[in-house]
Amino acid sequence: MQAAGEETTAKVQVDDLSVYYGKVAAVKHASLKVHENCVTALIGPSGCGKTTFIRALNRMHDLTPGARVEGRVVLDGIDIYAPNVNPVLLRHKIGMVFQRPNPFPKSIFDNVAYGPRIHGTRNGASLEALVERSLRRAALWNEVKDRLDRSALDLSGGQQQRLCIARVLAVEPEIILMDEPASALDPIATSKIEDLINDLKREYTVIIVTHSMQQAARMSDYTAFFLLGDLVESGPTRDMFTRPSDKRTEDYITGRFG
Amino acid sequence: MKSYRSRRIADAVGVTWSFLCAFLAAAVLLIILGYIVVKGAAAINWQFLTQLPHPVGIEGGGVANGIVGSIITVGIAVLIASPIGIMTGLYLALFSRGGFASTVRFLSDVLSGIPSITIGLFAYALLVAPFKHFSALSASFAFAVLMLPLLVRTSEEAIRSVPRAILEGALALGMTTFRSTLRIVLPVAWPSIVTGLLLAIARVAGETAPLLFTAFGSPFWELNPTNPMAVLSLQVFTYAISPYRSQNVQSWGAALLLVVAVLALNLLARVLLRTRIRAAP
Repeated sequence: MQAAGEETTAKVQVDDLSVYYGKVAAVKHASLKVHENCVTALIGPSGCGKTTFIRALNRMHDLTPGARVEGRVVLDGIDIYAPNVNPVLLRHKIGMVFQRPNPFPKSIFDNVAYGPRIHGTRNGASLEALVERSLRRAALWNEVKDRLDRSALDLSGGQQQRLCIARVLAVEPEIILMDEPASALDPIATSKIEDLINDLKREYTVIIVTHSMQQAARMSDYTAFFLLGDLVESGPTRDMFTRPSDKRTEDYITGRFG
Repeated sequence: MKSYRSRRIADAVGVTWSFLCAFLAAAVLLIILGYIVVKGAAAINWQFLTQLPHPVGIEGGGVANGIVGSIITVGIAVLIASPIGIMTGLYLALFSRGGFASTVRFLSDVLSGIPSITIGLFAYALLVAPFKHFSALSASFAFAVLMLPLLVRTSEEAIRSVPRAILEGALALGMTTFRSTLRIVLPVAWPSIVTGLLLAIARVAGETAPLLFTAFGSPFWELNPTNPMAVLSLQVFTYAISPYRSQNVQSWGAALLLVVAVLALNLLARVLLRTRIRAAP
């Protein structure tokens, strides 16, 4: 069920997606249109399938034994689950930021440069430029520009998360998936990340899973509400929060459960 | 319902009993160590450490060739077993639920239970009999086979214990699973893998049975692994059953050297592990 959407380009079209772990369906027949250069928030109570859904968008379930994905995820006209699609190259186009910051135990520079290095950039000067650009875009450059050689593990939680975002930006994706990126961070770091996401949507398409409805209301253009594996409703955030079509959505938003 | 007093007594008895058992276990080790130190210290001197064995009946001489031989034999075994063992551990960590993986794990466990003398015979049949020639290489092969199950187990554990988040972070950047594991996960697991390697070396450093018909022993300096070579643990055996008192004493001295080496390896492994735990994020 979709509320009337604005007529922007669909960057990703998810059709009838179902994800099974063994016999259990974690996501059931979900369809969603993800608009380009917008922030789409996935909300819902714990265990409702939103993380499973987002991980299906960059084929992370390929690595989970026993996981099965049915349905179509169409990016720029191509179904990413088609047999001739290379998931490794796909993840180049669709980057992911995880709930807990997971920097590599290497220097700050090496963390950001790692992605471009494997994808072929070897030239020292272009790598340095790319690292600087990514760190600037992630609003981290000023804080680390004098210590790029230091271990990434010395940074604070908020800084590490921005480093992970810079790392993803360095491979120049088109879409950024974020699985509760600020849930492990304090409020100040959280607001920095939210400002960052608002900036990022100018150049990228962002899909973010969030536990916090307030966060979704604050910074997303579109919202999708999940409940027990069903994508109950989706649409422009303003509409979802002021006049939701489904009673379950209304109950969740007004705090009757969750 | 028992009285409070009798419960306290039962508790005290239980605690005391377990303490005594633990003490006994530790005491056994300390007694063995103490005995070897006392009996072997008499034999240790500069000559012992640097000279070749003297002809039978003549006083003096040393086990220098055995020390060198042990190092060479174990060293080659490490070179053979490490790549195979660590890569197998990597495979098992990556494909842990596959049927093939389970089979490999089972076979590895079975291999670790096979008596070392049987493995020595296997090495003999494969590398000594066809060439009609004893060699340190065949001993290294036997040692490598003995080390393999330990290396596989500890490498798999080490790689598995790296947080999955690090692997996923690499995968999300567009890296293949194999490359992510090799370039990102493996370096993190490396100190634990080295610890496992040190323990495997300690296990094998004192093995004697396979050497009886592979390295065979030698009274000469030997650096060529395709020839028979003196090995410290073998010298312990040969001198222990010798009728000459001076050689019996040297047997204790060689045993002491072995014990010190194994102790040092274990301590090194502990230190390494502690450093790693402190450095972990």
